[in-house]
Amino acid sequence: MNEKVIYVKNLVKKFGSFVANDNLSFEVSAGEIFGFLGANGAGKTTAIRILSGLSKPTSGEVNVAGYDAYRQTEQIKKNIGYMCQKFSLYEDLTVRENIILYGGIYGMSKSLIRERLADLLAKLHFQEYENRMISDLPLGLRQKLAFSVAVLHDPKIVFLDEPTGGVDPITRRQFWETIYETASRGITVFVTTHYMDEAEYCDRISIMNEGKIVALDTPEKLKKQYNAASVEEVFIKIARPN
Amino acid sequence: MGGFKNSKGSALDIINLLLAHYMKRFLGFVKKEFMHIFRDYRTLFILFGIPAAQILIFGYAVSTDIKNAGVAILDLSHDEITLKLTDKIFSSGFFKKTENLLNYNDIDKVFKKGKTKAVIVYEDDFGKKLIREGKASLSIISDGSEPNTATLITNYTTSIVNDFTMELAGPALKNSIRISPEVKMLYNPALKSHFMFVPGVITLILILICALMTSVTITREKEFGTMEVLLVSPLRPIQIILGKVMPYFFLSFINVLLILLLSWLVFGLPVKGSIILLLAECMLYIMMSLTLGILISTISKTMQQAIFISLIGLMLPTILLSGFIFPIENMPKIYDYVSSVMPPRYFIVIIKNIMIKGTGLTYIWKETLILIIMTLVFMGLSVRKFKIRLE
Repeated sequence: MNEKVIYVKNLVKKFGSFVANDNLSFEVSAGEIFGFLGANGAGKTTAIRILSGLSKPTSGEVNVAGYDAYRQTEQIKKNIGYMCQKFSLYEDLTVRENIILYGGIYGMSKSLIRERLADLLAKLHFQEYENRMISDLPLGLRQKLAFSVAVLHDPKIVFLDEPTGGVDPITRRQFWETIYETASRGITVFVTTHYMDEAEYCDRISIMNEGKIVALDTPEKLKKQYNAASVEEVFIKIARPN
Repeated sequence: MGGFKNSKGSALDIINLLLAHYMKRFLGFVKKEFMHIFRDYRTLFILFGIPAAQILIFGYAVSTDIKNAGVAILDLSHDEITLKLTDKIFSSGFFKKTENLLNYNDIDKVFKKGKTKAVIVYEDDFGKKLIREGKASLSIISDGSEPNTATLITNYTTSIVNDFTMELAGPALKNSIRISPEVKMLYNPALKSHFMFVPGVITLILILICALMTSVTITREKEFGTMEVLLVSPLRPIQIILGKVMPYFFLSFINVLLILLLSWLVFGLPVKGSIILLLAECMLYIMMSLTLGILISTISKTMQQAIFISLIGLMLPTILLSGFIFPIENMPKIYDYVSSVMPPRYFIVIIKNIMIKGTGLTYIWKETLILIIMTLVFMGLSVRKFKIRLE
């Protein structure tokens, strides 16, 4: 079995009397693409905030990239990447300036940043955009760039919080190719999405409902278990049992 | 020995390395903030254009020149000397006679008509007293609801009267004679200086720009989703906040220098007190305004909200209640209490004292202390709010 990069056991997060995360337990291996699904308000965001060191669990064991989520949030932050649904690059900075900024924030050396910058521009065929403002780029390109920036510092895990919201299907397909490529480099991808076709691309998926994980397996097994043709059907059967 | 030295050196090296490491992250972030500012012409305009414009507008609108201001005369003596003096006053070109009054009751009426800005009153037997006793008095009663005009008229009249006294004393009388103008301002007796607009503008501009800019720049990151990314990054929250605020601290300070320079060059307004004390107090006030801006950003979700709170919540009260235009002494008690929680009220006292009266810290330590406490309170509140948001 692969190395575990996320280990969660009996995680509980309460806000007052409201239980946002109710006894979550799961593990994610290195290089895995882990889909984290659930309706709005099911508790996904709370869980991601805990996993990314932004918020502390109420109880339970949480270990991310080898660090404890209670005491070592600083270490966790250094070892993860993050890209959110809202757009996360600075529109009034150029491609190059954004990359230098994020590289600097993650403590990368100048030479390493320069090297990665060149790699990235070549890989995305982005050379002509190097000195263009982000606001001049089409949405699809921005999304790809935002993802590349999120993994610029070679994190162990990258969290993608609905990364493809508002993007056309072709761009989404291309985006997923980039995700595969990243996972093949051994970076774990932890992704939330509302698009059920995207869930099919994941190695394993978990489905949350009202703070609990109600299903967790590979898409194929879940489809078999719930006697469904697609993940979407599985999801609907779980979220609306009647 | 050598080993000890080495180990000490390496410990220092590690500290330096750590410092350099943290500083580098931080400085990159600060640099980015400067880029935002310098690339956005609107921000630059608000930062530097508005203060300069304010100073010039206030300076020229509240002009130090008066021409043909309406003045009425109440001459209870009606002798040769009062006629001469009246003639001299109106021949100066600054004033225009509106009416000759007959008794004191007319004063209020003539002010209410609106054209008259001041009334000059000669006492009974003005000329006789002046010649016999070498002393006579006249009153200059001005309309304090237009404080700047009122002060100017009084000052001009006073100097004309002084001129007149000198002329009269020269050939006619060897003994010193004195006309003592008694200045009385109706409706606004507390007005002290006609340079009050510069301290007022500095007070207004600094709190507006600092609070507005920081609250907008922080909520912008929230709105664009970049705040999430920053919070997840190894940057500490305090570094994020400091990084966002530091450029504005720096630029606001330059702004202060600019305003002072401008008011000195254009209006010849000197700083009578210690310039270092003045700048230090400005820094304190800037810091207070920045923490206020951070606090506003923690309670507003969008840039519009932040702008709204900063403009409505700060600009109007600052103009109306800080004593910038209307003296606090004349306000109903309730507004006095309301204004006592407003930082500009204290800063205006500080800055007026240093710039115009030339006083030192001993006279303004109370106000300074209040500003320091306010800064700490705002800082504490924003840190708490910020933490709650993270939880």
